[in-house]
Amino acid sequence: MKGSEAIIESLKVAGVEVVFGLPGGMVIPLYDALYDSDLKHFLVRHEQGAAHMADGYARATGKTGVCIATSGPGATNLVTGIANAYMDSTPMVAITGQARSDLIGTDAFQEADITGITEPIVKHSYLIKNPNDISRIFKEAFYIASTGRPGPVLIDIPADMQLAEIDYKPAGKIDLPGYKPTLKGHKKQIISAAKAIAAAEKPVFYAGGGIITAGADKELLAIAKLMKIPVTTTLMGLGGFPEDNDLSLGMLGMHGTGYANYAVTHSDLLIGVGARFDDRVTGKLATFARHAKKIHIDMDPAEISKNIAIDIPIVGDARDVLAGILAELKKMKRDPKKTAQWLDQVIAWKKKHPLHYKDEKGSIMPQFVIEEVNRITKSNAILCTDVGQHQMWSALFYKHLKPRHWISSGGLGTMGFGFPAAIGAKVGCPDKTVIDIAGDGSFQMNIQELATAVCYDIPVVVCILNNGFLGMVRQWQELFWSKRYSETVISCQPDFAAVAEAYGALGMTITKKQDVGDAIRTAIKSKRPAVLDFRVKPEENVFPMVPAGKSIDEMIGGHKT
Amino acid sequence: MKHTLSVLVENKPGVLARVAGLFSRRGFNIDSLAVGITENPDVSRMTITVDAEEHPIEQVTKQLHKLINVIKITDLDAEKTVARELALLKVKSDAKTRAEVMQLAKIFRAQILDVSRKTITIEITGTFEKIDALEQLLQPHGVVEIVRTGRIAIERGEK
Repeated sequence: MKGSEAIIESLKVAGVEVVFGLPGGMVIPLYDALYDSDLKHFLVRHEQGAAHMADGYARATGKTGVCIATSGPGATNLVTGIANAYMDSTPMVAITGQARSDLIGTDAFQEADITGITEPIVKHSYLIKNPNDISRIFKEAFYIASTGRPGPVLIDIPADMQLAEIDYKPAGKIDLPGYKPTLKGHKKQIISAAKAIAAAEKPVFYAGGGIITAGADKELLAIAKLMKIPVTTTLMGLGGFPEDNDLSLGMLGMHGTGYANYAVTHSDLLIGVGARFDDRVTGKLATFARHAKKIHIDMDPAEISKNIAIDIPIVGDARDVLAGILAELKKMKRDPKKTAQWLDQVIAWKKKHPLHYKDEKGSIMPQFVIEEVNRITKSNAILCTDVGQHQMWSALFYKHLKPRHWISSGGLGTMGFGFPAAIGAKVGCPDKTVIDIAGDGSFQMNIQELATAVCYDIPVVVCILNNGFLGMVRQWQELFWSKRYSETVISCQPDFAAVAEAYGALGMTITKKQDVGDAIRTAIKSKRPAVLDFRVKPEENVFPMVPAGKSIDEMIGGHKT
Repeated sequence: MKHTLSVLVENKPGVLARVAGLFSRRGFNIDSLAVGITENPDVSRMTITVDAEEHPIEQVTKQLHKLINVIKITDLDAEKTVARELALLKVKSDAKTRAEVMQLAKIFRAQILDVSRKTITIEITGTFEKIDALEQLLQPHGVVEIVRTGRIAIERGEK
């Protein structure tokens, strides 16, 4: 068997069904082996698209996403996608071709030290130097990518390794002496946490992406209901707790809801689960949840007390730990009225500081487009976004009910992520309606993947909230830089609908509020890739907003007048 | 306070780069680093000294643990540890001063490795402080070059 065939075989052993990639000189042998296999390969138009598709596929399905690129520029084009997966803990295996092993280090044609380049942004990486290691390395790579705190693993494979004749043997038992993720929470800590929860009068859950990774949403809901604890989620945690539940506070942080930020600030117990106390969540660290005792449940020990001191740390799988806490709570004497006053306070905040925006006659408000998407899809679509204003409006004005239905670039904040991620999500979940909310700036960063969507007939609906600006930066310039709109005005723009049509997709331009709903319905019904260019109010801001470096209860804007 | 971390790692390509890269990107400074294979050829030991006043040692070790090839990390307790460093010092010395330099070396139980008309090269083994002390005494003669290995350390007793 050839090395390249061993790679395909190893992918099958790992349960891989689809891969996203683009061939090049140093992966010709691999693509030759792929030619005879029944692996479904999606040819992208730029390798960054392949990485984001693998990422979106992984987030929608929970399976490990796989992308392939050639050496040199192919590999470096993956870098943003790998970094994005790393920051958001997505399980991914990235396969890159490499110059022949005897040429490595000679600045050979299309040679790039991709294991070196990606070292800070991968969970682990391999450079294959012996073709007999292929099956073992692939087995390890998929295991590392998908277990513990998931993340991307890169495998760099010189061309001669793919060509080598080997005696293929399936990989044996995994032997990684330095990698043993802690899954089970410490029993004593679980009991301490349960006691603290039972004793709290003003508790609040702060749930992150770990809830979704661990599949811990049911356990979270059970504890919240049992103990009457309000729940706020991070951007990554959206969908981890149903927002139609009275206990939901929506998102917290820089663009969080007023009531979430007030609840966290005034809480006496903060229960962080699968979240990492990121600066966009905490604002000024010294005042974040300053009255609260803090419990932190996380898979990654390095996240505990990284940014903020924790009173009760629990390392482990969120589902296992929450199930343990729930079991303890059920055994305890509980006072169902303990949080009653607190919940009254939360309701008062919700009434006083609701999410809202001011409708403007003659304009399509961007928030309205999101509300329409929500209404038409009955909160049942997979929603993907890039980064910026459209992302925050999608986070705030869509009702997130279920896990794995929200796919957004959180940690890295990558423009151009949403569309390819939506393609990946649709490939993984063909029965779901997949909507990509994009900005007119960010959509152009991976617009070429329209060809991929059309070619494979992947009907995702792109809703561009077209305001003619790099909107979030413009908002900062408006609020903090004296309205000096330096290079945030996109004065020269393509006709997005025409571009879409040119690619063979459905394109529409929507300039009137009353046409918004129809356009969304038509696009979904068409079962074609579609681009809806909504000309929204240009200088609308995302509110509420916590200015950088302020405490999260020091919000500006968003007050109902 | 200086901490000495004894880190067992898989003896695989790129491990040193991963460890060194982690220190730099997390903003931790390495004071010294010594690497060598252990009694098990598949495993290497890195002895890393870091200034823990600047960086919480807990974060350093937790981040190190996340590297797949890192097997075990021990923050060595100075009182239960024997630590040594080796240094080679090339000192300016001619016929007039040679005797004095050699006498200093003898006091420190250092070895003379090489003598030329104008220099003496001395090998010294000992603690960080001992090597510093000899260096300071030799400074007036003119130290041409110093090469230090960085600290290596082992726990006392049977363990």
